[in-house]
Amino acid sequence: MEIKMNLISEDKINSMTSTEKLRFVLDGVKSGNIVVLEGGLTSEEQMKLIELTMTEVDDDFPGIEMSGYPSKRGFLNIRKKARLTVIGPAKMMHTTKKDKDLISAVISAI
Amino acid sequence: MKSKRRWKSILTRLRRALFFRRGTAKIGIYGPPNAGKTTLTNRIIHTFVDENEDVGLATEVPHETRRAVRREGVIIDLKAKSLENPNPDLNSESKVKPKRGKAKLKLDVVDTPGLATKIDFHEFLAYGLEEDEAKKRAKEATEGVIEAIKWLDDIDGVVLLMDSTEDPYTQTNIIIIGNMEARGIPIIIAANKVDLVDATPQRIANAFPQHSVIPISALKGENMLDLYEEMARRFR
Repeated sequence: MEIKMNLISEDKINSMTSTEKLRFVLDGVKSGNIVVLEGGLTSEEQMKLIELTMTEVDDDFPGIEMSGYPSKRGFLNIRKKARLTVIGPAKMMHTTKKDKDLISAVISAI
Repeated sequence: MKSKRRWKSILTRLRRALFFRRGTAKIGIYGPPNAGKTTLTNRIIHTFVDENEDVGLATEVPHETRRAVRREGVIIDLKAKSLENPNPDLNSESKVKPKRGKAKLKLDVVDTPGLATKIDFHEFLAYGLEEDEAKKRAKEATEGVIEAIKWLDDIDGVVLLMDSTEDPYTQTNIIIIGNMEARGIPIIIAANKVDLVDATPQRIANAFPQHSVIPISALKGENMLDLYEEMARRFR
């Protein structure tokens, strides 16, 4: 069985509001896709994504698996910049190893 | 919106630092399921309020706590505790140094449901729950996660509990820390379950070097004095 991955550019992500981003990600994941966001989600957006996900968990959709590189300090060490976030259906994706610059995940068809 | 929140956070921190300290701090006990949050909350209540009072039931089944529970008016008074009992059960190793035990802090403790990105009712079946019961628990657990997240808007400090026997570098832990940093809310990491043979609290300290990491066993009461002193220092 094929597994579809959506690799989303930072420009596309930046053109969306936070709510649009979260809806876009969750709709993609609920359709069985692995979503990779260049630029990533901030930790606040990730928390909101967990909150949104929890409202949609049911017997067939137990939730999401999410991994990302931690944000980097940006200009003048003040603004934090997200780097990359990978999100997939919890039934399909399992993170096996993770550190600040590496994410290893197993992705399997349902 | 983000910059508005950032400015609000900076102003809040400035106001706290310059003009006043809170009378009662609301401290959230956060962490993934089965990290020992309810055990820690019960330990705090037993030590400083009533040794027979429990805020919740601690079991090995994940998501046992599915509603946030707030226990108001807990006074962490290490000086009084030391006078009341020269060998208090604050630190099982009894390494109480003379200069220690003077910290005092009034707080409300909020025991929160475990944060998770997925809740699969099938996992509960492995603990002997019937399917209907497992599904009900899963539904309640999702509501608990939402409640725990909403509580973040109202708390003044976080004790983030991690299981010392597990990989600390999980996305959930990173998200909690990132959110606290963005909001300017102080955070202490408690590396729990150090009484277990495969505990490696140093791995947690290495993963999050920018934060205070206190190795504890909430179950056995090990090293609790260090945690209480750090709480009194950071959350006052």
